[in-house]
Amino acid sequence: MRERFRRISKNAVLGTLCYLLAIPAAFADWEINLTEGVTPISRDTFALHMIIFWVCVVIAVVVFGVIIYSLFTFRRSRGAVPDTSMVHSTKMEIVWTIIPIGILVAMAIPAAESLIKIEDTRSPDLTIKVTGYQWKWHYEYLGDSADQFVKSNFGFFSNIDAASNRARQVDSGVDVYQIEHYLRDVDKRVVVPVNRKVRLLLTSNDVLHAWWVPDLGGKRDAIPGFINEMWFQAEETGVYRGQCAELCGRDHGFMPIVVEVQTEEDFAQWVAQNGGAVGGGPADVPGATGDVVAAAAAAAGGAGSSDAVDIELGFDELMSRGEAAYLTNCSACHQPNGQGLEVGGFPALAGSAIAAGELSVHVDQVLNGKAGTAMASFAYLSDTDIAAIITYERNAWGNDTGDIIQPADIQAAR
Amino acid sequence: MSTTAEAHHDHHDAPSGIKRWIFATNHKDIGTMYLVFSGLMFFTGGAMAMIIRAELFQPGLQFVDPGFFNQMTTMHALVMVFGAVMPALVGLANWMVPLMVGAPDMALPRMNNWSFWILPVAAILLVSTLFMGGGAPASGWTMYPPLVLQTGDAFPFLIFSVHLLGMSSIMGAINIVVTIMNMRAPGMGLLKMPLFVWTWLITAYLLILAMPVLAGAVTMLLTDEYFGTSFFNAAGGGDPVMFQHVFWFFGHPEVYIMILPAFGIVSQIIPTFARKPLFGYDSMVYATASIAFLSFIVWAHHMFTVGMPLAGQLFFMFSTMLIAVPTGVKVFNWTATMWKGSLTFETPMLFAVAFLFLFTIGGFSGLMLGITPADFQYHDTYFVVAHFHYTLVPGAVFGIMAGVYFWLPKWTGHMYNEKLGKLHFWLSAIFVNVTFFPQHFVGLAGMPRRIPDYATQFADFNMISSIGAFVFGASQLLFVYIIWSCVRGGEKASTQVWEGAEGLEWTVPSPAPHHTFEVAPEVR
Repeated sequence: MRERFRRISKNAVLGTLCYLLAIPAAFADWEINLTEGVTPISRDTFALHMIIFWVCVVIAVVVFGVIIYSLFTFRRSRGAVPDTSMVHSTKMEIVWTIIPIGILVAMAIPAAESLIKIEDTRSPDLTIKVTGYQWKWHYEYLGDSADQFVKSNFGFFSNIDAASNRARQVDSGVDVYQIEHYLRDVDKRVVVPVNRKVRLLLTSNDVLHAWWVPDLGGKRDAIPGFINEMWFQAEETGVYRGQCAELCGRDHGFMPIVVEVQTEEDFAQWVAQNGGAVGGGPADVPGATGDVVAAAAAAAGGAGSSDAVDIELGFDELMSRGEAAYLTNCSACHQPNGQGLEVGGFPALAGSAIAAGELSVHVDQVLNGKAGTAMASFAYLSDTDIAAIITYERNAWGNDTGDIIQPADIQAAR
Repeated sequence: MSTTAEAHHDHHDAPSGIKRWIFATNHKDIGTMYLVFSGLMFFTGGAMAMIIRAELFQPGLQFVDPGFFNQMTTMHALVMVFGAVMPALVGLANWMVPLMVGAPDMALPRMNNWSFWILPVAAILLVSTLFMGGGAPASGWTMYPPLVLQTGDAFPFLIFSVHLLGMSSIMGAINIVVTIMNMRAPGMGLLKMPLFVWTWLITAYLLILAMPVLAGAVTMLLTDEYFGTSFFNAAGGGDPVMFQHVFWFFGHPEVYIMILPAFGIVSQIIPTFARKPLFGYDSMVYATASIAFLSFIVWAHHMFTVGMPLAGQLFFMFSTMLIAVPTGVKVFNWTATMWKGSLTFETPMLFAVAFLFLFTIGGFSGLMLGITPADFQYHDTYFVVAHFHYTLVPGAVFGIMAGVYFWLPKWTGHMYNEKLGKLHFWLSAIFVNVTFFPQHFVGLAGMPRRIPDYATQFADFNMISSIGAFVFGASQLLFVYIIWSCVRGGEKASTQVWEGAEGLEWTVPSPAPHHTFEVAPEVR
């Protein structure tokens, strides 16, 4: 802590010096400027940003220069006598109206040009539908016969990674500096090919969200009931990080976005692994949550209705899988300790009349949600995940019901 | 005139004690109550800001739940906008507009009483939501649906509180318009009015036009929640983006409602301490009116990322950039007023000069935000937070503080402690920059606003910003002490108070007697 403070104070002095000199890109590990990014749009935007910035700096130097000169020259303590006849000058006023208009027009032209490019979402090479959820993202790669990469729809949820999620709990005791990409890592990345025009179709399942990866250009809102478009064409492979930018409730700060830009070959391989894994049908089967895709794929080669319902799982397996799925899907509201959150109106599950009561009611609420509350339907999860979550909820935190729920039970209850 | 007779009548059995305040119809008493109320709200909202900055001092969650953090950001904004800044400006108008135009009181004194007393009721409704099931509103002061519909028991209280605040503002605005239009002293033509009166006249029209729009928007939220309508619900054929259009049609004029009277205050103070008339008076009036007009046609620049048609984005980008022109005219005129003046730097002047610099910085970042493609990067980041805090804290709030120091001797009859005033100024001016300047950097580097916890690369600037905020917050206690001791006593203030002061308000004794201008003064 003390060492941090020392670093801070040293850097604070440097930082102050730097901004006084208005040199924005001067230091390396103190990020103080917009990213230039890796797409034509983000580079355009960066150039535009720097132009406006320098225009503002020049105007500031002139205007502040005149003000500072006046403050020192026309002081009564230096014997300045007011010139009370100086009350108006039409000529000056015309000059300082016309000059700003000229500057504004000069700035508006490149801005309009960029904007026209940004809004041109025509002929993409790949289209991904992005759906915001409280508080995770769902990505669905849309299959298109004319498309050389993706032949069929496949999709997955992308949640905050487990390490960040543990560390970000109030008083978790975890040193967040030990986590490499604290709050900027996910359990499953979005993968796109390099040098290809990727179009995003954005929407939301609940409230407003906004999808933003600074290196890929600007952001765009995800609005329930509407589809928004944006596009990017990454020119360098690599991993780019961002997060939700529109206030979306309690865990708004905890829905990161990670985009991995790969070569076309690697991307094709990734599609084969993932697209194949979620089945070949054109139907939307968002049945697999993140990591679970790989696990479930090995076991069953599918998700959703083709989930491994005929496999009986043991209690320990259900509990460990249930805990992981619970932490990903349920703990934001009901909390990792099952105590809920009084301030948010989220009920405790430990000792609750539902989670420790009638089993069918419990299953019904997970599958169908509860009207009039924040409890949404989780029917999009796989039968196995739901069975594991319910088993876990009915046996954790002192809810010792001893109930074991199998995937087949969930399939029957759907 | 019935108004004079009324005032005369009141004078004889003027209620004392608590009744003087509850049944107050005197513009000075009501102005004082507005200012005291605003001070209380300033510290309430400030305490919330301290909680926010404490949580953001380091990455990781140390103190509060993320849900409570969102309640704090929401309530901080609502309390500061509707509880602190607007009532302070209305309070200053109550005190000073009748004195400046030579009127005996406000035109509608009983309505004046009502518009004040609605405020504490609304504030109690609003602040009480902190103790309700589900907590206070946590969807941001912009109340965007569908998120705002997830508010718990607090929801109807939020809506009614906004309604009451709006009613109070509208009545206050009507009173100011009527007073200025009908009660000016003989000889005071419109273009002879002090600029504070002009900016308030224009602001009052903005309030009358904008507040009903907000009332409409929140009423639609209310019926969406309780009466099965679907104004903003896509599943029922509505449109959540429509709320944003309606809200910002109110919201953008609202930001000028908070800044135009501060422009007016600065336009009174700079000529006084430059000992030279305001440069370009007429163009100052026209610039204010242009800003007010433009404020109604730029609203969608708050929502470029919702996905508007290209033509719409271009229109709102161009109209937004235009605002720089009249705003520039004002800055140039203030500068020209100081040019060849004879300057002294008492506390009000210091705050006015800081306003000039720092508000202009807020103007620059505003111009940058108006460039749509760049806004796609800046939007909803700390760059925006830095921008509007520069316009509102060293902008509106410094304007209010400058006005308080400027007029305090007239109100109390005592000079405030100049040394402490200067100390308060320097602490505020330095630490407001320590607080908000680094927020430009974290914003550009990619930190979104309204998050309780952040990635580690943003840590250092956040720590600096928090330290700045704690010192800035603490130094405002000094402000309270200075005002308190000035009310209690101090060097006797003269009638004119400031050597360079001109205008009717400086012709009445200090402290200003309970009733002034019972006989209208003659203005040459």
